[in-house]
Amino acid sequence: MVKKEYMFYPGCTAESLASGSNYMTSVESMCEVLDIQLNEIPDWNCCGASVGYVGGSELPRLALNARNLAIAEQVHPEQDVVATCAACWLGARETRDRLEEDNELMRETNEALAEAGLKYEAKQKVRHMVEVLIEDFGYEELQRHVKKPLDGVKIAGYVGCQTNRPFGIEGESFENPKYLDKFVETMGAEPVEKYDKKVSCCGGGLAFSEPEKSQALIKDIIEAAYDGGADMIVTPCPVCQMNVEIYQDQINQKYQTKFKMPVVYYSTLMAVAYGKSAKQAALGTQIIRAKQLEDIAGRK
Amino acid sequence: MDDLNLAMRDRYRNNFLQEVEANVEEGEWAKMCMQCGVCSGSCPFGPHWDHPPQEIFMMIRANKREEVLSSTSMWLCTSCYNCIVRCPREIPITHIMHGLASYAQRLGLAPKEQPTRKFGLMFWDNIEKNGRVNESILGIKLYFMNGFKEGVKTAYKMAPVGWNMLRTKRFNPFALIPFLHKRCKKRSDIQAILRKAQQIENARTVRFGTAGG
Repeated sequence: MVKKEYMFYPGCTAESLASGSNYMTSVESMCEVLDIQLNEIPDWNCCGASVGYVGGSELPRLALNARNLAIAEQVHPEQDVVATCAACWLGARETRDRLEEDNELMRETNEALAEAGLKYEAKQKVRHMVEVLIEDFGYEELQRHVKKPLDGVKIAGYVGCQTNRPFGIEGESFENPKYLDKFVETMGAEPVEKYDKKVSCCGGGLAFSEPEKSQALIKDIIEAAYDGGADMIVTPCPVCQMNVEIYQDQINQKYQTKFKMPVVYYSTLMAVAYGKSAKQAALGTQIIRAKQLEDIAGRK
Repeated sequence: MDDLNLAMRDRYRNNFLQEVEANVEEGEWAKMCMQCGVCSGSCPFGPHWDHPPQEIFMMIRANKREEVLSSTSMWLCTSCYNCIVRCPREIPITHIMHGLASYAQRLGLAPKEQPTRKFGLMFWDNIEKNGRVNESILGIKLYFMNGFKEGVKTAYKMAPVGWNMLRTKRFNPFALIPFLHKRCKKRSDIQAILRKAQQIENARTVRFGTAGG
């Protein structure tokens, strides 16, 4: 296959020494194998995420996202814009859709963008990385690159909210999307068949401001993974990854549980299955180590 | 802010629904709610809302302006979008809840001590100043949002989580030193865009407001 190129929007959590920096490392390794070139949007800004609405009302938030898209359009108008973060994808895609269908909002947004000499025309598609993998490659092609199948690992596919709603992945249902399970299978691991909390909310950004309420949700998400016999959880979202992983000690204290469930990204699984080293797959950056993946990555 | 509140209250006297339709994001959908309750039943924080979304919609129509705008309810939205995809009328409920909270904030009626309100304001302030959000700064600020004493307690409680993040290279201690964290280069561009967008939106509120009155 020929090299595929996309305009890329990494987002604030992907910065070095940020909570999702390990997502970025494994995505880069995965892209190297699949011959994907990600062209970072120059000087990209935050999407506003889930709580941006508090300080930023409708038009400022649309304009904020439109700035990224306008810059992307300037640099490579022929390339799709791709995000790895669920919130970045949601913010950018919602902005694109709303501006494309509402001429008045588009005009107002462009009036704001003109302050920085920018203009947005909604020429490009905005896509999530998993859409690229499924639609531009397909499971068969993704499987072709597997060098070390993840034999004997049972994985709960935690899709969460924002990669699933309100837009979701073409051809998938909101209540039981299958793509993450198919990724798991494609990499040679075993998916948890009936994972009860697959599309439940982890609290998102409110894990910071409402920790008790959020941790009650997170507890159920982890418990359901254990109930399904999972060795680890996989997710496409940096906030899901962080929330479900890092509070397990606090949850154990509060609920007398003994959780020790690793939580990794689909790109972590793919990097390991594609024969990348533990470092290239960003293993060792999990608070709860994914030992089975480390073992596979360490094998010659 | 209070002036805007009084101006809007007088303009839409006895018709809060009309005020919501004119001034709240996606507010024109509020009248479409048929009170089935699927949104309330689908909300992950639903049991914690004083008035779940279905009730909020009814209260809007019943003219309960102060009760709705000063409620903590909308502030509990986690942006999971469950309500949107399940609503039989396809009402953009998540956006309306954000819109109501944001409107209450603009009018100065939002509950002052609501933690997500404080968190959201810090988040947006981070964006306005730097163009990007810095987790380390935001995290520390969040711990201390209820004063120094509370902050020390929270920081102590969160220290093991912080240490774990530091040890796995997912927390940047240098971000706390000004000018050492990543920010957008063209911050003044972003600030100009946001300022202009806010101006346009404010002018729209007043314009539609006048027409509605």
